[in-house]
Amino acid sequence: MKHQLDFEKPIIELQNKLDELRKHPETHSLGVSFDEEIKQIEKKLEETRRQIFSNLTAWQRVQLARHPKRPYTLDYLARTFTEFHELHGDRLFAEDRAVVGGFARLGDHKVMVIGTQKGRDTKENILRNFGSAHPEGYRKALRLMRLADKFGLPIIALIDTAGAYPGIGAEERHIAEAIAVNLREMTLLETPIIAAVIGEGGSGGALGIGVADRVLILENAYYSVISPEGCAAILWKERSAAAKAAEALRITAKDLFELKLVDEIIPEPLGGAHTDPKQAAEILRQHLLTNLEQLRALPVAERLKLRYEKYRACGPFLEKPLTASEKAAAPRKSSKRAAAPAATMA
Amino acid sequence: MNVSPQPNPPVPSPPTPLPLLPPVSFAKKPVPPDPSEPAVTPPPKDNPTTFVKKPKMAGKPRKREIPEGLWTKCPKCSTMLFDKELDENLKVCSQCQYHFPIGSRERIHSLVETCTFEEMDAQMTSVDALGFTGVATYTSKLEAYQRSTGLKDAVVTGICRIGEHRAALGVMDFGFLGGSMGSVVGEKLTRLIERATEKGLPLIIISTSGGARMYEGMFSLMQMAKTSAALAYHAKARLPYFSILTHPTTAGVMASYATLGDLILAEPGAMIGFAGPRVIKDTTQAELPPGFQTAEFLLERGLIDAIVPRNELKERLITYLGYVTAGRNCSSGLAKS
Ligand SMILES: [Zn+2]
Repeated sequence: MKHQLDFEKPIIELQNKLDELRKHPETHSLGVSFDEEIKQIEKKLEETRRQIFSNLTAWQRVQLARHPKRPYTLDYLARTFTEFHELHGDRLFAEDRAVVGGFARLGDHKVMVIGTQKGRDTKENILRNFGSAHPEGYRKALRLMRLADKFGLPIIALIDTAGAYPGIGAEERHIAEAIAVNLREMTLLETPIIAAVIGEGGSGGALGIGVADRVLILENAYYSVISPEGCAAILWKERSAAAKAAEALRITAKDLFELKLVDEIIPEPLGGAHTDPKQAAEILRQHLLTNLEQLRALPVAERLKLRYEKYRACGPFLEKPLTASEKAAAPRKSSKRAAAPAATMA
Repeated sequence: MNVSPQPNPPVPSPPTPLPLLPPVSFAKKPVPPDPSEPAVTPPPKDNPTTFVKKPKMAGKPRKREIPEGLWTKCPKCSTMLFDKELDENLKVCSQCQYHFPIGSRERIHSLVETCTFEEMDAQMTSVDALGFTGVATYTSKLEAYQRSTGLKDAVVTGICRIGEHRAALGVMDFGFLGGSMGSVVGEKLTRLIERATEKGLPLIIISTSGGARMYEGMFSLMQMAKTSAALAYHAKARLPYFSILTHPTTAGVMASYATLGDLILAEPGAMIGFAGPRVIKDTTQAELPPGFQTAEFLLERGLIDAIVPRNELKERLITYLGYVTAGRNCSSGLAKS
């Protein structure tokens, strides 16, 4: 089983060497100071890690977001939260295990957590449908969110899905409608909502539980309108152009923050969340708590107004086409910074 | 496949008092979208369809002795249809009721009372905020489609009168980048919905789309949330919203405003769904059931209130508007103003 990415190799090799030294000092000739060697390798490891991880490409981040060892929703539920009481079913058709939800405790706050859940191995993935929800998952999510709203519990949505499931049953039971209704209803829920993209933010399937007062994203997670492979297949006619597509779509946490499409980047331990899930969970906890306390301090009407305006302001456009002279004056390629969203309230 | 089989015959120019209108060249091929991901636009075609727009013949349907236009072959029943008659029948085959694609302008013309359509944001234009370069740049795509369609983007919005009802109307156009939803489509529809909420107007949106527009990345996805949020407040004000699904409506548009209507209507035979059929086939390795993702299929499975042929739509809308405005909320809100 290969649980490493190509660009992780130098790090893993050093790590293995270090482990070896620590485990079997007797295999080394006398007279050599192990401590010194260990120290040197530790230093090299740290440097290598920093070097690799400060220059990740968009595609490398996508790979990290999909890393088979990356912490999933239930891992965060076990570490970031202190209690979790799972609640099941959409009361309409079925229990969709690609979405988990239930009561949880975050610090001193009792909250409702909803999250998409991937499987760690084949058996789990069959149960979780690889983290791709059917309509029932979205309807269960809405049922639980309404329950939370009724009793004043804040909602925390953890997003990690390649997308909603493209299947026959999903179409027959109107997955598009299930997502759309969530988008509309989440707009009006009076309780605070925080969404955090912890791995893959796959298009409508992610947004379907992702309308929130604050949208946070882990440093190596991505959020995209289409998978890089899907985009590559359409535009470059080959899925292997996925790396190019990942770059063009601007789907990394940093890109999305610059474009004002997310509110906050949650840092990960150096080397990615999977290298230190405990620390990753703790960082997430702090960010969720800070945001939750800020949101709770706002009056309901104000929170709803801000939530509406946040989405209202999304998307740049021109009121009318540029004139020829304006075009000539404009830079050839849009600058890295986004055009300020034209947030004109009609 | 549905271009004229015969070369344009030289018209033996009969003495006619009216200046002949240019014949409609109906070279538009109905292209079912095949979004390989949910919420995403289908591959834009390299040569955008040309769609010569013809103003509706004012009044007199004249008897014709000589064919003066082009013929179009119905892709469903293969009948040769005279273009002018096809136009008069709102691009519906008189033999088999096949619904040809129809542009947003013609659609509006077929629904609203004469001269009552006040267009909103007619000049609004997309920008390439991501600096998107694939095989071609987004800007060059936009310019090509603007030239070929005469449209600025994939939706036309405005306030109009239908029968005696004032209404907010948004009509998408598949001819512009596959009807894909980027920031302009999202913004124009959101302004329309907000205007309807503010003025207490019923809202009608006629959709046809391959989904969210890939070239604007996450900005496009957020239009789903933006339009749905505006609809939340329109619904909260207890104002009616009718969503009309036409061929094809898929992906991100389906997963937002298209499925949020108080009434969801569809045109016969329209392809309607979330994921593309090929993606579903590849993912599930299963045979798709007959009629999968058609309007009829979805009516049987409970999504669609009614299937309404195009040439009955206006009347049907007036009837439905009569019902939904008969109750308590509408006396003040829906007054003609
Ligand atoms: Zn026919």
